[in-house]
Amino acid sequence: MLNIKDLKVSIEGKSILKGINLEVKPGEVHAIMGPNGSGKSTLSSVIAGREEYEVEDGSINFNNEDLLSLDPEERAHRGIFLSFQYPIEIPGVSVTNFIKTAINESRKAQGLDAMPASKMLKKMREKMRLLEMDQNFLSRSLNEGFSGGEKKRNEIFQMAMLEPKLAILDETDSGLDIDALRIVANGVNKLRTPENATIVITHYQRLLDYIVPDFVHVLYNGKIVKSGGKDLALELEDKGYDWVKKEADNLV
Amino acid sequence: MSEDELLEEVTSSEYKYGFTTNIDADTIPVGINEDVIRLISLKKNEPEWMTEWRLDAYRKWTKMTEPDWAHVSYEKPDFQKISYYSAPKQKKQYESIEDVDPELLDTFKKLGISLEEQKRLTGVAVDVVVDSVSVATSFKKKLGELGIIFCSFGEAIQEHPELVKKYIGTVVPKQDNFYAALNSAVFTDGSFCYIPKGVKCPMELSTYFRINQAGTGQFERTLVVADKGSYVSYLEGCTAPQRDENQLHAAVVELVALDDAEIKYSTVQNWYPGDKNGKGGVFNFVTKRGLCEKNAKISWTQVETGSAVTWKYPSCILKGENSIGEFYSVAVTNNYQQADTGTKMIHLGKNTKSTIISKGICAGKSEGSYRGLVRIMPRAENARNFSQCDSLLMGDKCGSHTFPYIEIKNKTAKVEHEATTSKIGEDQIFYCNQRGIGTEEAIALIVNGYCKDVLNQLPMEFAVEAQKLLAISLEGSVG
Ligand SMILES: Nc1ncnc2c1ncn2[C@@H]1O[C@H](COP(=O)(O)OP(=O)(O)O)[C@@H](O)[C@H]1O
Ligand SMILES: [Mg+2]
Repeated sequence: MLNIKDLKVSIEGKSILKGINLEVKPGEVHAIMGPNGSGKSTLSSVIAGREEYEVEDGSINFNNEDLLSLDPEERAHRGIFLSFQYPIEIPGVSVTNFIKTAINESRKAQGLDAMPASKMLKKMREKMRLLEMDQNFLSRSLNEGFSGGEKKRNEIFQMAMLEPKLAILDETDSGLDIDALRIVANGVNKLRTPENATIVITHYQRLLDYIVPDFVHVLYNGKIVKSGGKDLALELEDKGYDWVKKEADNLV
Repeated sequence: MSEDELLEEVTSSEYKYGFTTNIDADTIPVGINEDVIRLISLKKNEPEWMTEWRLDAYRKWTKMTEPDWAHVSYEKPDFQKISYYSAPKQKKQYESIEDVDPELLDTFKKLGISLEEQKRLTGVAVDVVVDSVSVATSFKKKLGELGIIFCSFGEAIQEHPELVKKYIGTVVPKQDNFYAALNSAVFTDGSFCYIPKGVKCPMELSTYFRINQAGTGQFERTLVVADKGSYVSYLEGCTAPQRDENQLHAAVVELVALDDAEIKYSTVQNWYPGDKNGKGGVFNFVTKRGLCEKNAKISWTQVETGSAVTWKYPSCILKGENSIGEFYSVAVTNNYQQADTGTKMIHLGKNTKSTIISKGICAGKSEGSYRGLVRIMPRAENARNFSQCDSLLMGDKCGSHTFPYIEIKNKTAKVEHEATTSKIGEDQIFYCNQRGIGTEEAIALIVNGYCKDVLNQLPMEFAVEAQKLLAISLEGSVG
């Protein structure tokens, strides 16, 4: 599904990703862990199509299509979703209006008519129940005045509405208290199908207790320095990142 | 897309409504003098008091000079090169929409404003002003049953001279300012509306203005009188065809809200702003003012997307106790447009309240200014004002300026002023893109969100139209 080969990315002349290789197949959950500043958000932004980043080398394929040649909205139309580490506020645009626009723009791109309002509303209600969200949420301005936790929950709500093929969750757990974490993780799990895949970016093992990954990768200094099964996350939790760092630094 | 490319794309939209209707017109020779004014008055078959009123205004105007305090610069119009009167040759009044010149109907179709649809779907009575003379009036009978008068200004002078005589110039005196004086001398037509005591007008009253005659100045005059305890919502909207010469538009709008009356006056204004290089476009110098008696309320809501130069300050004189004035405005400037707009709230009576929400959007190399005056007079005990003036900048080649003037002559007054300036961020656009929303649609979404507090004040169908205009004026292909 997603195939990243030798991806090298820089910003303002500073090299950030230094050769990433990653393959994600349908139905899989991959966790990417690593210390702050190692390039996790950069990787997710580049997959989503953020333009500030300069792709120096390498390729990203998504369902046999060259992702790097597509605009961000085209990537979204292909089924890529990014839950932002820092969701953006759009004052005056209600959650409902935003989601309605997003869904209908994607449908338009696929040659479909706009979703009937009643169907849209029904779906919204259903997904809000799944994430135990309050109804009045829908009429609030997008992310404006939302608490950290509300923002993250809203991201997952949008994911639930858009039903992506590949969801990238960038530190969705940060800002969530333990109850919210459980609810959001449950939601994500319920949205899993054999056809879609998830990349979970996190600092902490905590989230991975709920969303159990098939693979865990450690990103350090722009490279995946270690990959393994879900036990790797536990090991990291136990020993911290230092041993991986040391291992990696010794290799250089 | 880089920020620069983005801007280029966003600001390079061509004016969509650039077309001219070929209706035969009957034009007075160019220039202005007392004879021209007499001729205008004669052609309109006006009573002598009206002719004299015009001549008095003209004499006052000749002693006045053009104001230059606004934050705009432009080549001053040559008033001797303007034709002050033009009426379509076809002078018939229409009972039904089917009788109207098909070409005119076609024009409305191009504008996406189908009269028939309006009639059927929204119950809006439309008084269409094309080139200074009304050519279609609908719903008149229904309004008539309630005693509501809604007609062209010319017709009002003929049919209801006592009302016109009583109220004309009472809110905007002839000599109020240079353009108001000019308008008072040469106004060709416009709309008149009277709502009798205690009557709530059951539908939105709507006028679509168009300037259509090359080189014709447009001098509309509107007078709305809401008698005691009445209510009316009045809509004014306009688009103008593309042309090379500057077109002067100097309208006067007077609103009178008697005790316990309420007037909502909404405008969607879309005069031709000039091409990408700032050539051509309409000069829009408008005097709009409302007078509130006891417990009365006047709300001005405007969405301004057009004009090369705009100079416009819808104002409220809060004369009666407990009267309320509101001003909600979105002003978009793009390319080389210049807009100096705002409001004046003059508090005379006790417990008077005013609210000002102004949203400026600047793109291209345009200049947008907000100029607001809040004046609390000595007898205005417990007057309140809240002002919020926001600017949204697109790119770094445009400018936004805020000039709030506050004069308080009564210590019990409470006046609050808030102002913000923001930019549409790449972050916001990327966030939308990531959700499958393309850049143009994203900008429309963000801009509409930013203007929500103002758009919410507009009647539903007008709000939709306003959103379309916002999108068109900021983008390439939306609409
Ligand atoms: N827009 C940017 N401009 C300059 N440097 C950036 C930018 N975005 C990220 N970086 C730098 O790239 C590195 C990786 O950042 P990031 O991808 O956010 O890491 P992580 O998500 O793993 O914490 C950091 O050193 C950060 O400072
Ligand atoms: Mg990060």
